[in-house]
Amino acid sequence: MSNLLEIEHLSVSFFTPWGEVEAVRDVTVSLKKGEVLAIVGESGCGKSVLCKSIMKLLPRTAKIKSGRITVDGRDITGCGEREMCRLRGSLFSMIFQDPMTSLTPTIPVGAQIGEAVRAHHPRIGKAELSARVTELMTLVGIRDPQERGRQYPCHFSGGMRQRSVMAIALASDPAILLADEPTTALDVTIQAQILDLLRDIQKKLGTATIFVTHDLGAVARVADRVAVMYAGKIVEIGTAEEIFYDPRHPYTWGLLKALPALTEGRDTLETLPGMPPVLCDLPKGDAFACRNPYALDIDYEEEPPMFAVTDTHYAATWLLDPRAPRITPPIGGRGDGR
Amino acid sequence: MDDKILLDAAHISHVFPLTKKIAVRAVDDVSFQIRKGEIFGLIGESGSGKSTIARCVMNLCRPDSGRILYRGIDIFDSKEFRANKSLLQKSRQIIFQDSNSSLNQRMKVCDIITEPMRISRMTPARGSYREEARTRMSHVGLDERYLDQYPSQLSGGQRQRVAIARALSAEPELLVADEPIASLDVPIQAQIANLFRRLQREHGFSVLFIGHDLAMARFLCDRIGVMVRGRMVESGPAGELFDDPRHPYTKALLSSIPIPDPIRERGRKVPEFREEEFSRDGEWEEISPQHFVLQQRRRGL
Repeated sequence: MSNLLEIEHLSVSFFTPWGEVEAVRDVTVSLKKGEVLAIVGESGCGKSVLCKSIMKLLPRTAKIKSGRITVDGRDITGCGEREMCRLRGSLFSMIFQDPMTSLTPTIPVGAQIGEAVRAHHPRIGKAELSARVTELMTLVGIRDPQERGRQYPCHFSGGMRQRSVMAIALASDPAILLADEPTTALDVTIQAQILDLLRDIQKKLGTATIFVTHDLGAVARVADRVAVMYAGKIVEIGTAEEIFYDPRHPYTWGLLKALPALTEGRDTLETLPGMPPVLCDLPKGDAFACRNPYALDIDYEEEPPMFAVTDTHYAATWLLDPRAPRITPPIGGRGDGR
Repeated sequence: MDDKILLDAAHISHVFPLTKKIAVRAVDDVSFQIRKGEIFGLIGESGSGKSTIARCVMNLCRPDSGRILYRGIDIFDSKEFRANKSLLQKSRQIIFQDSNSSLNQRMKVCDIITEPMRISRMTPARGSYREEARTRMSHVGLDERYLDQYPSQLSGGQRQRVAIARALSAEPELLVADEPIASLDVPIQAQIANLFRRLQREHGFSVLFIGHDLAMARFLCDRIGVMVRGRMVESGPAGELFDDPRHPYTKALLSSIPIPDPIRERGRKVPEFREEEFSRDGEWEEISPQHFVLQQRRRGL
């Protein structure tokens, strides 16, 4: 399968009065057709900025410093706003975190979905438009679409609103769907439904999805591949099985250990010491070194390169260097007694 | 554990009138008790009335019916309330969900933390209020260089720590924590949860913990009550409730916790809880000691 989206050595910086903030540093990632890639990390690690730089929705203070973004073999790094307008929606669309603020409160939901359809097919007829809206609403699992379409967002629950937002995002059959924490604002029961829906749609339409989240449980449910981000860099990337059963980076260990679901019956939760670093004044060497209980001397001197574990699994930690001491990972291993 | 009951809420109901005709029964005949030194968790989806209960317990909102006894004092009886005002206000403290809006943006961290002490006119045991703030900050794991900073200069996790330090500065007996960790990142959530457990052991206060993260509730709480649309449908010791849920809603809720294990998680079906199956009336039944379930009345009976 060929790569639908390719990001090569992308670096994005914000230029603020307090100096340069390196939000994304040298990220290389690719997305195949019909694949779900999850990007996991703490807030402020640059995962949303990465998404927005693909969509070119960055604020004016941000600049793509270097790197290339290729979609379907076409370089879009240098595209202007007018060209991007045409690409957004048809090539990729985005679902935002908060379903409360991404819908207009004064327009019926059906009309809002219709608006998205018409933006890409300006000449569409009235009957055809309403058929398409009904189809989209059925696709995302809204019952009685015709009746519900006349209602306003305030009549919809959080889960239903997120479904409508998804219908809008899918209005023009995008090749890539970017979902920026689509389930964070929802209840657990609704969360599972939305995740299943995301997976369903992805199977039905073959849309490639980039799923940004900090919830590893959700990642386990939908993702084919997982990229773990820390301080603007991808520190580990691999298939979901590799990341969950055989994680190699100490940060991934920390993330997995902090989950209360894995600490059944234990007295305290394992935590990562300290706070994520501020991105405007990064320390020398590995940004994670000061929070890393397994840090080696070289971590404070030089940033680790990506080491290949398998063909699909890469991790940026000096622990994988052949000269590094052997460390038994504190987590991982298939079926670790559970 | 001390078996003395600190807070006894009996049959509280609260209705928010929307229009003349429509009213929302936010809390509907809910009873629960919190013992001394216990963490009681309330879980349920948004809009199920958890926060309204928290507000009732804190006197921030008056229930339409029912009674809450705090140390034997009826907190909604104005006469009794007035007679015990300083005790009631000092010994109950609340932490809100959104640390961004619950801290005064124009006050420094050290002033925020000691404000409850100033209000209740406590003499600082460590000489000065500033010294007191410093100790409180070390309790919650905040560096003292933040003493003179404003909330906007802190991160979400740090702000939540300030809110916890503020709530604890009056040395409360009952702490109401309304989703204190919902808006934080996973590693920071774990830090705050550990902090909570540690402080609760050291100081021995009781906690009413409200949340929707079930795994976290299991980790933190001794007993848990599950709420659906204003009704409490099941309550019991945390371990028992998780291992042997009885009410269909509790079952649906528990099985929707995602497991961080791709192969098991993908193969799992999440049972759907149909709202139509849920009827508001039913009777409490004790299944085993302390474990209560709202049994649905069968149709035709």
